[in-house]
Amino acid sequence: MEVAAIPLEHSLLLAAVLFSLGLLGVLLRRNLIFVLISIEIMLNSAGLAFVAAGARWGGPDGQIMFILILTVAAANVSVGLALVLQMYRFVRGLDIDKLNELSG
Amino acid sequence: MTGLLWLVPALPLASAAALFLLRLPRPVAATLGAGSVGLAALIALITGISFLNSGQPAYELTLWTWMSIASFTPEFTLHLDGLSLVMMGIITGVGFLIHLYSTEYMAHDDGMQRFFAYMNLFVASMLLLVLGDNLLLLYLGWDLWQPGNGTAIAAAALLLGGAVGKSAQVPLQTWLPDAMAGPTPVSALIHAATMVTAGVYLIARMHPIYELAPPVMTAVALAGAATLLIAGISALGQRDMKRVLAYSTISQIGYMFLALGVGAWSAAVFHLMTHAFFKALLFLAAGAVMLRLHHETDIFKMGGLRKKLPAAFWSMLIGGSALAALPLVTAGFYSKDVILLEAWQNSTPGIGGSWLWLAGMIGALLTALYTFRMIFIAFFGEAKQDAQEGTEHTWRVLIPLGVLAILSLIGGIIPLPLESVLPGGEGDHHGQTATLLKVLAGVVSLLGIGLAWLLFGRGERTQSRSALARFAASGCGFDWLYGRLFVRPVVTLARLNKNDAIDSFFELIAWSNTRLHRGFAATQTGNLRWCAAGIAGGAAILFALAEVL
Repeated sequence: MEVAAIPLEHSLLLAAVLFSLGLLGVLLRRNLIFVLISIEIMLNSAGLAFVAAGARWGGPDGQIMFILILTVAAANVSVGLALVLQMYRFVRGLDIDKLNELSG
Repeated sequence: MTGLLWLVPALPLASAAALFLLRLPRPVAATLGAGSVGLAALIALITGISFLNSGQPAYELTLWTWMSIASFTPEFTLHLDGLSLVMMGIITGVGFLIHLYSTEYMAHDDGMQRFFAYMNLFVASMLLLVLGDNLLLLYLGWDLWQPGNGTAIAAAALLLGGAVGKSAQVPLQTWLPDAMAGPTPVSALIHAATMVTAGVYLIARMHPIYELAPPVMTAVALAGAATLLIAGISALGQRDMKRVLAYSTISQIGYMFLALGVGAWSAAVFHLMTHAFFKALLFLAAGAVMLRLHHETDIFKMGGLRKKLPAAFWSMLIGGSALAALPLVTAGFYSKDVILLEAWQNSTPGIGGSWLWLAGMIGALLTALYTFRMIFIAFFGEAKQDAQEGTEHTWRVLIPLGVLAILSLIGGIIPLPLESVLPGGEGDHHGQTATLLKVLAGVVSLLGIGLAWLLFGRGERTQSRSALARFAASGCGFDWLYGRLFVRPVVTLARLNKNDAIDSFFELIAWSNTRLHRGFAATQTGNLRWCAAGIAGGAAILFALAEVL
């Protein structure tokens, strides 16, 4: 059964929406875990854009890039969770607005 | 014996060093201070006699060479000739008498050792000034110049500038009356024996260059004439005994400049010497008065001191007579007379000699007037103040007064060995005109004394408050004028530029940097979400730019 090709525009639009949602999450959420989740959403939106573009031109590059992004995201999360633990010890909470020691 | 010459400046110098560095008991300090100058005077006498006996025009004593580079070998050499011999005699002789006097004057002063240290240093440097030979080396090049040579005129004018300042001549005379704050022997030393006469010495020493610069000679004569008149008028209005004497010094140095300006070199040095005698006497007498009157210097608060302070009175009278050029019996008459005579016979183009002579005669009248005004007011009439008890003068005060009084009377007969150094005046000193001028000068002097007796001798014992008197008291308004001309503009400029225009430019740089810093620092909140928003915003802007461009 021939699956009708999804137009590239739709995929990219979805990726843009996901990216924007992730960005908004990063900007608006104060809980560090939600910030990390939002970052994951942004990474996945980028991955979606790669895959869609790879499918559009029929090359393997997009999927290779997605696998790369997956590994980076995994590493990202492991470091991020370690930071969450450290932060919890440091400020007794997960509100990232309390991390303003670099204020000029 | 002339080889001992180096000891003359070296003794006061060594004594000054000892007085500066060591803590000596008071009698030792006084003995050392006065003794070193006395010994220097003795050696100056010995070297002077043996120099005169040798018959040479000049004697040079090379002490050492500063450095030796190819043909450039500046040496430290003492140069003794007639002129420096006269100056050396005045400095050490009068200087010693002043030092001797100071041993009593400063006897109860805390700063006595420091006082003698500075006095000795002063005498030593003045001796080095008159004995040094460095400037003399310049003689070498002058023979080739023509009269009126531009370089000669420039050199003479510049030297004159220095001499005018040093010798307190118009227009740079205002500092001297204000330099009266020090102890009276210091005034005596700088007025009579040392400092202010250095300008006269400089010009007399440099006479070859002045003879090549006739316009500058005229300027010297005019400065002298103006000074002697202005200072004479100023002296008439003073209340302070020392200020009267200060203005009289300015006026008398004006006479010396007048003499220098008309080419009467020897007459100028002659007057310098007699002036040293009687001015030292006057200052020491004023000091003797002050010693007994709780350091009172206002002549209007004295009066009737003639009987109470006979020594000071007679000293003041003899010194004043010499200053007023009382005819025949005082040294001042002879020296001033020569100056007036040479001024009369001078033929400077542009200004007739007779005008300079007239200025000198008016000055002579003023001199007699202000001198005897001071003496009549301070020593005659009713007593207003009692002399301090238990402060009778000892021999250390009386001997200097006596010696200087004798010198003020007969100092005019001392022959000066100046022929070999200074060209003699061209004038005829024995003709009929000369005799007439002498008689006139004598009459003017007596007239001034008589006038002083009429004006101040009996009646008026308070200072006149007329505009003229105030004008004279203010030193002919020179302080006021300079205040307006120089002090005010400078103060105004300073006030205008209080915030420093140049500085404000650099302050602007610093200010804008601070502002920028604050602006950027405000964006560094340290807030993570704020940073992320910044990154996102920046990226959005970059993408938008990429799209637009």
